[in-house]
Amino acid sequence: MNEGLVFAIIIGISIASAPLIFAAIGELVVERSGVLNLGVEGMMIVGALAGFVVEFHTESSLLAVLAALLAGMAIASIFAFLTQILLTNHVATGLALTLFGLGIAAFVGRSYTEENIELISEIHIPLISDLPIIGPLLFGYNPLVYLAFIMVFLVWWFLFKTKQGLILRAIGDNHDAAHAIGHNVIRYRVLAILFGGAMAGIGGAFLSLVQVPIWGEDMTAGRGWIALALVVFSSWQPFKVILGALIFGGITVIQLHAQGFDIRISAAYMSMLPYLATIVILVSLRIRDKNKTNRTMPNCLGRIFHSTT
Amino acid sequence: MSNGRLTSIVKISLLSAIMALTSSAFADPVKAAFVYIGPTGDHGWTYAHDQGANHLKDKMGDNVEITRIESVAENSDSARVITSLARKNDIIFTTSFGYMEPTIKVAANYPDVKFEHATGYKRPTDNISTYSARFYEGRHVIGKIAGRMTKSNVIGYIASFPIPEVIRGINSAFLAARSVNPDVQIKIVWVYTWFDPGKEADAANALIAQGADIIMQHTDSTAAMTVAEEKGVHAFGQASDMSAWGPNAHLTSIINNWGPYYADRVQAVADGTWASSDTFHGVPEGMVAFAAMQNMPDDVKLEAEMTILDLEFGDVHPFTGPINKQDGSPWLAEGETPPMFPDIITMDFYVEGIDSKYPN
Repeated sequence: MNEGLVFAIIIGISIASAPLIFAAIGELVVERSGVLNLGVEGMMIVGALAGFVVEFHTESSLLAVLAALLAGMAIASIFAFLTQILLTNHVATGLALTLFGLGIAAFVGRSYTEENIELISEIHIPLISDLPIIGPLLFGYNPLVYLAFIMVFLVWWFLFKTKQGLILRAIGDNHDAAHAIGHNVIRYRVLAILFGGAMAGIGGAFLSLVQVPIWGEDMTAGRGWIALALVVFSSWQPFKVILGALIFGGITVIQLHAQGFDIRISAAYMSMLPYLATIVILVSLRIRDKNKTNRTMPNCLGRIFHSTT
Repeated sequence: MSNGRLTSIVKISLLSAIMALTSSAFADPVKAAFVYIGPTGDHGWTYAHDQGANHLKDKMGDNVEITRIESVAENSDSARVITSLARKNDIIFTTSFGYMEPTIKVAANYPDVKFEHATGYKRPTDNISTYSARFYEGRHVIGKIAGRMTKSNVIGYIASFPIPEVIRGINSAFLAARSVNPDVQIKIVWVYTWFDPGKEADAANALIAQGADIIMQHTDSTAAMTVAEEKGVHAFGQASDMSAWGPNAHLTSIINNWGPYYADRVQAVADGTWASSDTFHGVPEGMVAFAAMQNMPDDVKLEAEMTILDLEFGDVHPFTGPINKQDGSPWLAEGETPPMFPDIITMDFYVEGIDSKYPN
């Protein structure tokens, strides 16, 4: 294996992982607030389309990413309205959101399947990027990959270092108590859901703006579900999202490279692995919960909050 | 009196003659329906079938009425869709292998409706036809181009599922590439999907990183072509002309040209000559066609065009002996070509010279 190949694999993993990081870190905040939004796949695909369409018409990557963010928020706002105002069931509404997102993106995106755009590419910084080994290893990634890592850090900082983060976690653990001491449960949750939508939107746009410069129906191909599994895998800890995303995304890329070297690992097992790992972690969490040593799962996850006063 | 009677007879016979004439010239249009597995915008399999339906419309104009249903899952849903179409149509094209059982079931209930099932092989009732294409002939042509064009002597192949259709393509492309370049090797990556642009792009990137400078694909999206363009290597399109996604990368595309077949079959229904049949057409019949040859020197292009001509005249067969299987056991003797069944239809082995292990 030469140097170039190693970098290619590392960059490949970063590109396969970044959309998962975006979608999962958004969903992590949502779930920390006690809301379970299974509509990640739907929000991602809408973001992928919005990003592609705006990039195609304006050729501005910044506007494209912004559009994806807003589109993700827009579709998430439907979920927020239904679950927080109309108090619908989180699971059913989330599933509906995924189906709706896939459908509307396919419908609206019809005329864009024939088009292609310029990819958002890595930024080349003179001198620094040309440094041997360190250059490509530290500075060779796509700008959105750095953003993904920054978002994880920001979410960690928000959740564990700010007062609002503490309130959000409190709401997720016991919305009645939080409400009783005067916190606005609905407002926190709506904002969390919108943030989740924005992140899923960018995650989707990553696919159509960085990974491949095309738009295709169903192009998220289940990544939203992997992101959901990833939140559980991380046991709702922001930094573990990165670890999980690198493993989940890395599996695909390494598996493809391994095939090139004729190392055969059954693809069926490979695609099963992320979910299998998630189940193992769920079970181990459950055991830990029983021993009351470390409760990480938000207590009110998926429960409907109805203020009685 | 007799005069009046005569004129009325003349009138009646004239009238009936006109009626007979008009009824043949202005007959009810044939109602044809298409059932698609994916979205028409996939630029692959379904797109090609839809182009075929467009061709049919162009050919027959007002004499055909077309209904198209896309993204029909290969489960009980498809039986319901096909049944509802059978009530209103004269001929139904079910364009995916997985529609085999539902097609047969519905066909038994609607003996007056004609059914055309793509890539299947079962025809239990005489209102079912099956049709497919010898895509491996197309792979033969692009294999020759690849063998000439590669500088690294590594061809990257993005494969979907290890089914005979895909295996045939790999073997055919490899044999053709070897025939013009004895040093060429083929790297095969299985992605286990027909359509996942992200994964297809990852696969293309992996192959290029491992030294491939020509990418072939047996998946449906245009992702690999865009990656090839970005990385400055060459690639072949699949199912439809993908040149728009790789102005500098695109060598040619294998085009699934179903249009003429669809026009023939529907015309046969109009003429009342339709009969159950099994069609397996290739380059000579025009069912397998090519996009423009680009980004290659004239001599390579000429050779590719000569190869197409040879195929058209039946002078070459992509599988002509001597060919051994990967394990070295003999398959075809000198000059021998394999029978359609079982060798080609059920192909489940690599030929000798391919390094990769056969997927299990």
